[in-house]
Amino acid sequence: MRQRFLNRINFTDIALGIIGASLVGLIVVGSFKTLAEGNYTTRQWLDFVVFGVAQGSIYALIALGYTLVYGILRMINFAHSEVFMSGAFTAYFAADAMAKAGFIRSNPFIAILILFAISMATSVFIGVLVERIAYRPLRRAPRLVPLITAIGASFFLQYTFKGLYGDQFKAYPEVAALKGSWTWGDLNITRIQVVVILSAALLMLGLYLYVQYTKTGKAMRAVSEDKDVAALMGINVDAIIVRTFVLGAALAGAAGILYALTFRQVNFLMGFIPGIKAFTAAVLGGIGNIPGAMLGGLFLGLFESVGPILFLDGLNVPAPYQLKDVIAFTMLVLVLLFRPSGILGERLSEKKA
Amino acid sequence: MKRLYTMLSVLVLASMLLAACAPATTEAPATEPPHTEAPPTEAPATEAPPAFECTDAIGCVDIAPGEPIHIAWIQSVSGATAALGQTNVNGGQIAIDDKGGELLGHPIQYDGEDSLCNAEGGQAAGTKIVADPTVVAILGTTCSSEARAAMPLVADAGMVMMSPSNTNPDLTNPDHPDHHDGYFRTAHNDLFQGRVAAEYAFNELGFTSAATVHDGSPYAQSLQQVFADVFTELGGTITAQEAVNVGDTDFKPVLTTIAAGSPEIIYFPIFEPEGNLMASQKCEVSGLEEVSLMGADGLFTSGFPTTAGSCAVGMYMSSPYVAGDAMAGFLEKYNTAFGEGPASGFAPHAYDAINMFFAAIEQVAVVGADGTVHIPRQALRDALYGTTGFTGLTGNLACDENGDCATGEALAVYQLSQAMVDGSEDLVASTPIWQP
Repeated sequence: MRQRFLNRINFTDIALGIIGASLVGLIVVGSFKTLAEGNYTTRQWLDFVVFGVAQGSIYALIALGYTLVYGILRMINFAHSEVFMSGAFTAYFAADAMAKAGFIRSNPFIAILILFAISMATSVFIGVLVERIAYRPLRRAPRLVPLITAIGASFFLQYTFKGLYGDQFKAYPEVAALKGSWTWGDLNITRIQVVVILSAALLMLGLYLYVQYTKTGKAMRAVSEDKDVAALMGINVDAIIVRTFVLGAALAGAAGILYALTFRQVNFLMGFIPGIKAFTAAVLGGIGNIPGAMLGGLFLGLFESVGPILFLDGLNVPAPYQLKDVIAFTMLVLVLLFRPSGILGERLSEKKA
Repeated sequence: MKRLYTMLSVLVLASMLLAACAPATTEAPATEPPHTEAPPTEAPATEAPPAFECTDAIGCVDIAPGEPIHIAWIQSVSGATAALGQTNVNGGQIAIDDKGGELLGHPIQYDGEDSLCNAEGGQAAGTKIVADPTVVAILGTTCSSEARAAMPLVADAGMVMMSPSNTNPDLTNPDHPDHHDGYFRTAHNDLFQGRVAAEYAFNELGFTSAATVHDGSPYAQSLQQVFADVFTELGGTITAQEAVNVGDTDFKPVLTTIAAGSPEIIYFPIFEPEGNLMASQKCEVSGLEEVSLMGADGLFTSGFPTTAGSCAVGMYMSSPYVAGDAMAGFLEKYNTAFGEGPASGFAPHAYDAINMFFAAIEQVAVVGADGTVHIPRQALRDALYGTTGFTGLTGNLACDENGDCATGEALAVYQLSQAMVDGSEDLVASTPIWQP
């Protein structure tokens, strides 16, 4: 038994093990030193966590779009970041008009709901359009073909929106009702963060219930299992795929408004970095897995906000936040070393892989 | 068989295309390269006036009658820093319009390349510009990172480049590898800007602790370092020197670490949009409510206050300050030409740069009997290095042997008001609150 185990491990495993162990060691040492130095109060640590959760919720919402499409089509929809951008960018004009008319001040709740509606509708429109024009004709093509098309679609959309709305940064109006913060003991949380975290949680819960408990959800899971067999069972595969895109795009549109309310700036390139981060989150959680994307988003947000200071401050690395992407991707590598298919990822069967 | 035909026809088509192109390329006399001994251009049967002999060490530009004198620009005219770059281009355009669009009887050609405010963009734009041997001088660049990449190419090509808005000290430091012959600037050096900011914060505002943030760009990195050095030298303490990445959007974590050191002022001389986000997120971080903000000329644009929002009210900024009758006249011309005021502070610097080019070209150019203008490149450089007592909008300019032409008179500290955030007052057109 023991002999068999020893025979199975090879040089690569050992090398990867050493890399993993040393990274973990570095993280543990760094964290302990930082905590021992005690430069930060409990309140500040809680702040880091809140920032991470709020940012992570936005990542998670976008990540769901990647994961849903991957689950069904086994392809990465790289145009998803532009679906996200299109909603927030288009809703800017409504937001600006409502701010000038004083509507945001008098009815902030309705105004924000209108923004959500406009953003989600635009994103859905763009998402479905991309599916119809760029992906459906290539459904039976080799897998790399739709991937390249996705990148092309992404550039096409970026520069279409640049042409439509210009290349300047547009400032979202400040919503007076969302200013200020609540404090419970050491926990301090701004109203915007509450809105972001709550709406993301609600949307994700809604999506989970929809996929688990409705007929369409069941059909989606069936198509994700096996398209051909699902078709034989009488499921309209094309219709289900369109619905998947609608769901993913709607979530991206909602994420766009949450992003715009938080950062108050929109631009035609705004989707690129959140898109990359959300894709990372989807991989981190296990691509194709819905709770995995949520978890991956939250983890990534936390790594980015808590990681640099916790791991690096104690090691006396100057300006640790310059390295936040390094931290985030190191954590991704670590997770993938120990769980190659992501935190909640299933082991892919031959057919899916 | 069918395939063979297709291939054959493609080949035939290709050879026809080649044949069509070939004679044209051999026939065209190709605009004369700069290093040749000034061959008399293909002007209609000239009676050979005493032929101009180019004795310049790095060659001459020859401009046949009717051909334009080519002044190019390398500026960041798209994306987040477009306000800076486009204003520079426009400022130069006014100088050309003032000249009537003509120099030494030749029309002026003024065009350029977008350089995107990064090293890659600077290199690409520089390569494109120097490939054109008719270019005499370049108005460039917008950002210091671009100059770092473009200047080696420009220096090799023997051209001169003058920037209205590069402020990085290395570019005119003769001991630094980023310094190249033929580089000039009408913008102030950050050794000066950083000092003004630190002195204002320490002496005028009475702050004794400060934190700085840069974004890894040469501009921000060196500016915050100068600020930190001077601030410490004056007796203040620097609680943190943080860095962020270009493209980041969430600065609340980094601001929280800064809050842990409880500084009285945060100095973040970065660019849009990161600077705007940082200014607006300051208020969302506990412990920073009372802390002042200070930025530099990279954020000094008309659009900054509205995107930064109410949190930025009261923020200090160092930026060029130019006043006087000549400036008022310039602004009027700018307004008529472009339908709005300059969107950033460096338009007069660009205007002065172009005028210095004109003065130097007029000084060194040799006009042939047939109207051909010869511009020796080394002589042009020397003339620019020797500029003294040049009366420009930004003051009395004199270039030193390293290429710094600004005297530093034209710098001041501004403060953001609620009216600017609401969009009813223009930051760039406002009056500063302090001048060194």
